[in-house]
Amino acid sequence: MKLRRIKIGRHLRDKIHGSWMIISLVLVMSSPVFLFVGLSVKSWLLLEEHSVFNLLFSKEWKPLSGQFGFYPFIISSVWVTVVALLISAPICLLTSIHLTQYAKKWVLKIMHPIIDILAGIPSVIYGVWGILVVVPAISHYIGPFFGKSVSGYSILAGAVVLSIMIIPFILNILIEIFRNIPSELSEASLSLGASKWQTIKFVLVRRAMPGIISALGLGMSRAFGETIAVLMVVGNVTKIPTGLFQPGYPLPALIANNYGEMLSIPLYDSALMLAALILFVVVMLFNFASRLIIIESEKHA
Amino acid sequence: MPEMNLKKIEEGLFRVLMFCSTVIIATALFLIIFSILYKGLPSVSWEMLTSTPKGGFYFGKGGGVLNAIVGSLYLSLGATILALIIGLPLALYMNVHLIKYQKLVNGIRFMLDLLWGVPSIVYGAFGFTIMIFFGIRASLLAGIITVTLFIIPIMVRSMDEVLKSVPRGLLESSLSLGSTKAETSYRVYVKQCIPGIITAVLLSFGRAIGDAASILFTTGYTDYIPTSLNQPTATLPLAIFFQLSSPIVEVQNRAYASAVVLVTIILIISVLARVFSAKFHKNKINF
Amino acid sequence: MENPKISISNLDLFIGKQHILKNINAEIPSKKITVILGPSGCGKTTLLKSLNRLTDLNPDVKVSGSIVIDDEDILTTKRDITDIRKKMGLLAQRPYPLPMNIYNNIAYGLRISGRKNKRFLDKRVEHYLRQVNLWEEVKDRLHDPAAALSIGQQQRLCLARGLAVDPDIILADEPTSALDPISSQTIEEKFIELKNNYTIILVTHILRQARRIADHVIFMYLGEIIEQGPASQIFENPQEEKTKSYFQGMFY
Repeated sequence: MKLRRIKIGRHLRDKIHGSWMIISLVLVMSSPVFLFVGLSVKSWLLLEEHSVFNLLFSKEWKPLSGQFGFYPFIISSVWVTVVALLISAPICLLTSIHLTQYAKKWVLKIMHPIIDILAGIPSVIYGVWGILVVVPAISHYIGPFFGKSVSGYSILAGAVVLSIMIIPFILNILIEIFRNIPSELSEASLSLGASKWQTIKFVLVRRAMPGIISALGLGMSRAFGETIAVLMVVGNVTKIPTGLFQPGYPLPALIANNYGEMLSIPLYDSALMLAALILFVVVMLFNFASRLIIIESEKHA
Repeated sequence: MPEMNLKKIEEGLFRVLMFCSTVIIATALFLIIFSILYKGLPSVSWEMLTSTPKGGFYFGKGGGVLNAIVGSLYLSLGATILALIIGLPLALYMNVHLIKYQKLVNGIRFMLDLLWGVPSIVYGAFGFTIMIFFGIRASLLAGIITVTLFIIPIMVRSMDEVLKSVPRGLLESSLSLGSTKAETSYRVYVKQCIPGIITAVLLSFGRAIGDAASILFTTGYTDYIPTSLNQPTATLPLAIFFQLSSPIVEVQNRAYASAVVLVTIILIISVLARVFSAKFHKNKINF
Repeated sequence: MENPKISISNLDLFIGKQHILKNINAEIPSKKITVILGPSGCGKTTLLKSLNRLTDLNPDVKVSGSIVIDDEDILTTKRDITDIRKKMGLLAQRPYPLPMNIYNNIAYGLRISGRKNKRFLDKRVEHYLRQVNLWEEVKDRLHDPAAALSIGQQQRLCLARGLAVDPDIILADEPTSALDPISSQTIEEKFIELKNNYTIILVTHILRQARRIADHVIFMYLGEIIEQGPASQIFENPQEEKTKSYFQGMFY
C-alpha cells in the first residue's frame, strides 16, 4: 500500500513540475506579443488622430497643442547611435584581432574580466562618469579645439558614453567569432606564402564578415535603446541637431523625461507609448536580422 | 624591395593601433571606477549608509540613502527570485524534456535572444500600461513584475548555456534508472550545474539592481523603507539620478557616494560570479 | 642517400612540457613520395608541420636541432619565413577552401606575391585546374564560391591552389581521410604523377595507401623514428619489432 502511495506521489509531482514548466514556456514565449499588443493598444488613440507618416516625419513637437512630430527624436537617436558605432566598431575589431591573433595568452586572461566588468556596470554609473569626465572634456578641451564654445551636453557626449557601453558587448561576440575559425584556414593561407597580417586581412576577416556585421547590428540596436546614460549627457533639447556638439534628444530619453506629465496632457501618454513601440519594433527588427545573418552563415561554414 | 617595406609598414601600423585599442579599453574601466571613487568616497559615511533621509535631506541636511539601498535590495531580490521560479523550470524544460526537439529548442533560444535585446525602457513603458490597466499604483510590486520581465531572458539563456553542456549520456542514465523527467531535471541537472546556475542568478541580480529605465515609471520614489509590496520604493539608480540633478553641491556629493555604493555592489557580484563560473568549469573537465 | 632534399638532424620539439618530437634524424629524398607512418599520437603531423614551421603558430613551442632544405637550415635562417613557406605546398586532412570564389582561391598565392597581370593569372588558374583534373568541371563557374564544390572537388582545388605558388615540396597531412574512395583514388594518382616534378611528403595512417604509393618510408612511434628507408625494404623486411607489429594488420 505504502509503495503505491509513494509511486503516485512521484508521478503527481512530475506532472505538476511538467505543467509549471509548460506554463513558464508559454508565458515567456508570448511576452513579446503582450509587449507589442500592450503598447499598440495604448498608442492607438494617437494613431487614430494622426497618420503614421506625419508622426514619424513632422518636426513639430508641441504636445499642448496636439502636435506630435517624432522626427527630431528619431534623428537624435540615429545620430547618437551611428556616431557611437563609428567610435566603437574600429576599436572592437582591432582589439578582437589583437587578442585572438597576436597577444600572448595572459593578455586575454586579464582582458576577459575587464570586459565582463565593463559589461556589468549599470547605465546610471556610465551616466555619472559621463557628467564627471566626458562633458567637461568636451566643453573644456575638445570643443575649443574645434573652435566651438559648448556646454558639453551634446550628441558627442552621448555617443562617447554609448560607445564605451556597447564595446564589451560587441567585443565578446567578435572574440568568439575569431576564436571559432579553424586554425587550419590560417595554416592554409600561411603555407601559400602569405604573411600573418595578409592572412588576417584577406582570409580571416572575410570569413568572419557575416559575424562582424551581425555583431555591429546587435551593438547598434543595444545603443538605440539605451536610456539613462545617454539622457544624462545628451542635453535633452527638442530640436534637430545639426552638429556633433549640439544637444540632442533621443527617443528613450523622451520617454524617460516626460512620464511625469504623461497623464495630464491629452494624447501625451499615447505618444510616449508610441515612442516605446517604435523602439521595440526597431530593436526587434535589427536583432532579428543580425541573428539571422549569424545562423545563415554558420550553415554554410 | 620597396614593396615589401610597404607591407611591413602596414602591418606595423596596424599592430600599434591594435595594441592601443586594447589599452584604451582597459584604461576606460579604470578611469570609470577611479573617477566614481574619487568623487564619491569622500562623501561616503556611516550615517549615509545607515539612515533614511531626514527633513531637509534634499536641501543638504542630515540623513542617508538607506531607503534606496534597502529598496534596491528588496526589488532585485524579489525580481531575481520570481525570475528564478519562472526561468529555471523553463531552462530545464528546454534541455531535458524537449531534448528530442532540437529545432523547437533552437527556436526558443532565438526568441530568448531577441527578448534579451529589448531595451529596459520598453519594459518600463509596458509595465506602466499594465499598472494603469490593473489600477496598481507605482509600487514595489509593480517594479518587481517589470524587472522580472526584463531579466527573465538573461537568466534563462545563461542557465541554458550551462545546462546545454551536460552530456546526453547523463540524461539517459538517469532516465534508465527509473527517474522521471522532473526528477532528472532537479536532482541531476541542477546538481551538476549548481555553480553555473549561481553565476546566472548573480548575473541577473546584477542587471536587476543596476537598471533604472524599467523602474522609473513603475516603482516610484520615497524616503521611507517600504513595509509592504504596495508602497513605492526608492532605488539606488534613481537615488543617484535624482540627487545628481539637484543644484545643491551637498546633494550632488551624496549622489556620487550612492554611485560608490552601487559600483561596490556590482564589483562584488562580478567577483562572485567569476569565482562560481571558474568552479563550474573545473567540474566540467573532470566529468 | 645522395643529395636528399631535406635533412633533419637532432630535431627536438616541445609543446609546453610535452616532448613531442624526440631526437629526429631523417633524410627525405628528392622527387619521390615519402610516407610518414605511425599510430595516432606518434608525432607525424607535428613533424610534417615543423617542415614549413607552421609549428611557430603555437606560442608554447620550443624547437632545437636543424632542418636543412636545399642547403639552408630553416630553423636558423635570417630569411623571412613566408619565403620559405612558399617552397612548400600544404594539403590538410579536410579541404579548407579560402572564403573566395574558385578563381581567387587559385590566384591567392600568386596575388600575395605581387603578380597582378590578369592574363598571367588566367593562364595559371587554368593550368593548375587542369593539372588536378578540375578544369572541365569548373571552367564555367570560376566565379562561384569555392564552398559550393563537393568535398572531393574542394580537396583537388586545395591541391591546385598549393601547386600554383610553384613549390618544390608538397606536404600532405592525411589528405584523403575525409574523401570518398573515388576522390581518394584521384588524389593518389595525382601524387604519383606529381612526384616527377615535386618532392612529396605524405602523412597517413592507411597502410594500404602507403603501400600503394610510397617510395620511401619513415615509421614513427611516440615521437621517435623507429625505422626509415626505401619502401620495398621497410615493407618486405622490417627490422624493428615495433615496425613488424604495426604492419601485422596489413597482411590480412
